[in-house]
Amino acid sequence: MVEKTFTVTAETGIHARPATLLVQAAGKFDSEINLAYKEKKVNLKSIMGVMSLGIGKGAEITITAEGSDENDALNTLAETLNREGLAE
Amino acid sequence: MSTLISGIAASNGIAIAKAYRLTEPDLSIEKRSIEDVGAEISRFKEAIQKSTNELEVIREKAEKDLGADKAAIFDAHLLVLADPELITPIQDRIQSENVNAEFSLNETASMFITMFEQMDNEYMKERAADIRDVTKRVLSHLLGVHIPNPSLIAEEVIIIAEDLTPSDTAQLNPVYVKGFTTDIGGRTSHSAIMARSLEIPAVVGAKSVTSSIENGDMIIIDGLKGEVHINPTPELVKRYEEEQVSYAMQKAEWAKLVHEQTVTKDGHHVELAANIGTPKDLEGVHQNGGEGIGLYRTEFLYMGRNDFPSEEEQFEAYKAVLEGMSGKPVVVRTLDIGGDKELPYLDLPKEMNPFLGYRAIRLCLNEQEIFRTQLRALLRASIYGDLKIMFPMIATLAEFREAKAVLAEVRQELLDNGIQVAEKIEVGIMVEIPSTAVMADIFAKEVDFFSIGTNDLIQYTMAADRMNERVSYLYQPYNPSILRLVKMVIDAAHKEGKWAGMCGEMAGDEVAIPILIGMGLDEFSMSATSILKARSLISQLTLEDMKKLSQEVLMMDTNDNVKEAVVNALK
Repeated sequence: MVEKTFTVTAETGIHARPATLLVQAAGKFDSEINLAYKEKKVNLKSIMGVMSLGIGKGAEITITAEGSDENDALNTLAETLNREGLAE
Repeated sequence: MSTLISGIAASNGIAIAKAYRLTEPDLSIEKRSIEDVGAEISRFKEAIQKSTNELEVIREKAEKDLGADKAAIFDAHLLVLADPELITPIQDRIQSENVNAEFSLNETASMFITMFEQMDNEYMKERAADIRDVTKRVLSHLLGVHIPNPSLIAEEVIIIAEDLTPSDTAQLNPVYVKGFTTDIGGRTSHSAIMARSLEIPAVVGAKSVTSSIENGDMIIIDGLKGEVHINPTPELVKRYEEEQVSYAMQKAEWAKLVHEQTVTKDGHHVELAANIGTPKDLEGVHQNGGEGIGLYRTEFLYMGRNDFPSEEEQFEAYKAVLEGMSGKPVVVRTLDIGGDKELPYLDLPKEMNPFLGYRAIRLCLNEQEIFRTQLRALLRASIYGDLKIMFPMIATLAEFREAKAVLAEVRQELLDNGIQVAEKIEVGIMVEIPSTAVMADIFAKEVDFFSIGTNDLIQYTMAADRMNERVSYLYQPYNPSILRLVKMVIDAAHKEGKWAGMCGEMAGDEVAIPILIGMGLDEFSMSATSILKARSLISQLTLEDMKKLSQEVLMMDTNDNVKEAVVNALK
């Protein structure tokens, strides 16, 4: 299992479009991918799960991936977050 | 077997095409036990697949037509459809409880909808609507019913609806929509006015069309007789196709009159003007040979937005219309809002009787900033053409005098600031309240003109709400009570050397026109698309005969007898 922690920098947090992008990216991998925020952990392939967290600016989030393509998955998601200026 | 439904003829012409129902389908579900879990899960997956395919098509079309921004909502819908947190529990429940897919979907989705609705974030609350939309779509496939997607229509259709709202009609592509028919509505309802401006045939108030017509049924709309034929026989289709051709020929014949004057056989001239809502309507006015604008409904400038239009914005619109008419008369009606026509940013309390309430000039005289801004814009635009200002819903002379005084004040302010205003601007009133019609002889000494608003004059005289179908039989334009009021107004104007016009539906009505010619009405203002037909009709009449006819009908007893007398006289 691999994991990485980020700080959300986007003004609007992880809503609407950012959530859509993350879920779309996660959906391409076979690994089980989760997103943890505060005490809660959700499936990063679930748009409703991600949005239900209500992640705002400054939040600390952790992404974990487990499976055959876990490294690829984590790198791709980190890249998506950076490229879209969502988190670092 | 062909079936016939009769309704109200709202827009002339004939349309023959397949039915497209613009109605909310029945998505009610029941809980059922199932035997074959595997088959039920396949059925569910199939519905998801069909919904996905459908949404991808809609998304693509939205991106092309409306831009990526607007299409993003469908991306979110697609992700909801693919969401394992939604899909897996639904399948689990089918399996563990042996229940049908519809029930399982509804239970699981409702849980998510409630969860999102309870969040204290507006954005999250709106997501509940996304889930609801997606659930409806999947349910429709499970139940085998059709959810309308009017933006996807790609063949010629006739729209079948309970009623059509402005937002419905905005989504319809006029290239494919050949006509429509609705359960409710009358000649003056939004859908009817819309149909006439789009020049597509329509039958409204047909009561049972949504319950009698299925998607894909062959339909004929006869917008002249107000008839809807369902699954017509080949002979009937053939007959209507022939009528379509002769109607097109008739229209071509009328088109020759575009540049002609409007005169009776014996040389009596009247003016045929158009009713418009925005400067964009001028194109239709020119195409149909309008001799002026008899009613510019300025409320459209104020509708469908979040704040009042600025003076500058209004000035530009008024100037565009005045310049576009190149010196022909333009009667602008000041803001007629309130009552049934609401502005979201003008917070007015709900009223028990909106048509009898705080609206039009009543509102303008009380909230004078709104009124003064409009008058300033109008006066500034006055130098670009022949502007005439008309106040709506005048019930007393005091109201007219006050409105005129405000106008004079605004005019003086502009002149003091060195702003040019036209030397002569006629100021008149809409006659739509019986008290004003009765007092027309006194009003005539002070106004420059009258324009009779028949839709409201009839509803107030008959005490019959024109939005209420159950009393729609009281919409009787030829009732001698209405005709006598009209005659009083015309005579009162002429006695003082003023002119009288009419800007309600009645002005374009084939039965009313001969009577109105006989009564000496000076100006007829109507939908642009009715002008040429009216001009053709008037050219076949003589003033002498119509004078006699109008004197006769004023002494008659009922609406129907008047109608019959006119029809016989024209034979």
